[in-house]
Amino acid sequence: MSVTELGETHSYGPNAFGDDLRRFWNLTVTLAVTDYKLTYFGSVLGYVWSLMRPLLFFGVLYGVFTFIFQVGKGVPNYSVELLVAIILWTFFLQATAGCVQCMLAREGMLRKMRFPRLVIPLAVTLTALFQLTTNLIPIFALALGSGIMPRWSWLEIVPLVLLLAILALGIGMILSVLYVRFRDIQPIWDITAQILFYAAPIIYPIFLYNHSVKTYRNAAGQLCPNYPNVPCTNNFTLHTVGRIAMANPIATIIAQARHALVGGLDSVNPSASFALGGPTMVLIPLGIIVAVFMLGLWVFNREAPRISENL
Amino acid sequence: MSVTISTAQATRAGLRPAVSMHGVSKAFKLHHRQYHTLKERALHPFRSQTFDLLQAVDNVSVDIAAGEFFGIIGRNGSGKSTLLKCLAGIYDTDAGDLQVHGRLSPFIELGVGFNPDLTARDNVILNAIMLGLSRKEARARFDDVIAFAELEEFLDMRLKNYSSGMSVRLAFSVAIQVDADILLIDEVLAVGDANFQQKCFDEFQRLKREGRTILFVTHDMGAIQRFCDRAMLLERGRMIAIGEPADVAHRYNELNFGRTVHESDGATEGGREGGRAADIADAWFEDGSGARIAAIAHREPFAVGIEIRFHAALENPIIGTTIRNNAGATVFASTTDIAHGPTGRFETGDVAIVRLRVENWFTPASYTATPSIARAGLGADTIDLRADLATIVIHGGHFTTGVVDLPHSFEIERRT
Repeated sequence: MSVTELGETHSYGPNAFGDDLRRFWNLTVTLAVTDYKLTYFGSVLGYVWSLMRPLLFFGVLYGVFTFIFQVGKGVPNYSVELLVAIILWTFFLQATAGCVQCMLAREGMLRKMRFPRLVIPLAVTLTALFQLTTNLIPIFALALGSGIMPRWSWLEIVPLVLLLAILALGIGMILSVLYVRFRDIQPIWDITAQILFYAAPIIYPIFLYNHSVKTYRNAAGQLCPNYPNVPCTNNFTLHTVGRIAMANPIATIIAQARHALVGGLDSVNPSASFALGGPTMVLIPLGIIVAVFMLGLWVFNREAPRISENL
Repeated sequence: MSVTISTAQATRAGLRPAVSMHGVSKAFKLHHRQYHTLKERALHPFRSQTFDLLQAVDNVSVDIAAGEFFGIIGRNGSGKSTLLKCLAGIYDTDAGDLQVHGRLSPFIELGVGFNPDLTARDNVILNAIMLGLSRKEARARFDDVIAFAELEEFLDMRLKNYSSGMSVRLAFSVAIQVDADILLIDEVLAVGDANFQQKCFDEFQRLKREGRTILFVTHDMGAIQRFCDRAMLLERGRMIAIGEPADVAHRYNELNFGRTVHESDGATEGGREGGRAADIADAWFEDGSGARIAAIAHREPFAVGIEIRFHAALENPIIGTTIRNNAGATVFASTTDIAHGPTGRFETGDVAIVRLRVENWFTPASYTATPSIARAGLGADTIDLRADLATIVIHGGHFTTGVVDLPHSFEIERRT
């Protein structure tokens, strides 16, 4: 039987990381797995719901934006692009919104046990990640169904998802400890998430950021955000506003995921670096992700010892 | 095989204490106005945040040897649970040095943090992992946990459908079955039926034999004296006594009932009746040497003293007293008419001291004496009666649920 030596530590109280990495990880995975099992426990359709939710959301948005607003009209593979964006967004929202009240939900444990506090938001993120993994299946199915052949760039989804998870965890750490102090983090995050949803190119293609520039269709019926009578080419650039919007890491990740999955002309489906105006510009959203994560770690580490008494 | 090690022995042997506290303090801010929302903060940025500081644990220092069964007692709000939570690593301490050597398993506030939506099976595994077992070890321990809690039939029931007694049993079972070196046990005896309490006692004996370190919080002085090697008394966060469990339990009883003793010193006139031919001026408890006492150990004989002033001549008045326990039940009553015979004649201005000596078979609790004086006859013509005029605390003795603990012995005869 292993005995954890709590050694000559002077700060014995609760903290963010604990002193045993193996236990930390064991606990995180166990919590995440039980949470995942619990989400649809007692429902008749069980796991099907975890697929149904984003798919139904997708159906509604697809209907509205194809038939009513016609945003997606003329965009090749709009359905795949919409679905991948929605599923990535669902993951982000589930992870962050789940973190808001996660401490309160685990109050019983927090008040009775010594364990690394970071386990809680990390488990929430991990649960969302499990769900995302099952949700990736319909994306690839729809892509194949739309006649997109599998390509190596599909593998880019993995690092992209990890980046999004790091961002979500960074925000989640901040939200979870702030909620302990201020209960109005809940509505604040609800609204902020709404803003982020519309700020990122989820329901619309990226070139619509250039709204002041008229778009035209070429002979093939493709949208060309260029001047009339000029053939549809790749020399498409975003305006400043569009670039600022693309510096939002969520927008960057979604754009790159679409580019990796669907490919196509940069005018319609630009890669992250193309949309931002150069590979070095990609460092901005990457920097934001790192900064948010570090800030999250710092805030969480600071607040962790007092979570159980402030709850 | 017994491996109980006293602190002195441990120090001699150069063993590291299992738990070592030096000047541990913990305070809570009690805000007069709690700002729970940002709006409130924003609207009143300059309103100063006033708060009272509640010093829940105040400069507590103690070393607890490995293998020691250590009792922590104190009245409600004395800081026992806060101290235990600091030890369990749930609260951060404000000051002082706190060291714990070995794996620690807490049982605090009657639980180990179960999730009501999970089944007993999932909860046990999850908690065992939280307490430091690996997944494999947790599964290996699972059967023992369930067997001890006697919940084999309810394995796959969700915890929210458990009765409170069942979930406490499960929680306690997890806490003691994870092979921790140090156990923190807070008030487990307060719940559960008699059968479970007995199981807990048996388990305490086993853990003690195995040389585990146990920190035990309870209000049951009998259990403290029965199990603990040493005990500590907390009052307002401070450690006011430490040492032999019997002594510390005695201090606790004094603390608990001391105020009552003091208050009833200047007794109210409420209990007085009758026609003032005589007054009961005073009553008290005294020990064998005649010294007035507020507490005495079980089996040490004591007397109830009554001082009577006569304002008129009285022939053979009947003097008596009733002893009631803290539940208000009359445990004992006697009068001179029953146990003494005629008391003789008293003249105006006489003062008499009456002593009623009793053998002390009272169980540990607080008792009061109600002295009375009545005219000769049937005893119905009361001259003076003063309810609960004196108070005494009996301490020590066996853990028993009886009102008295009579001298007794068992005899077993086998017939074949």
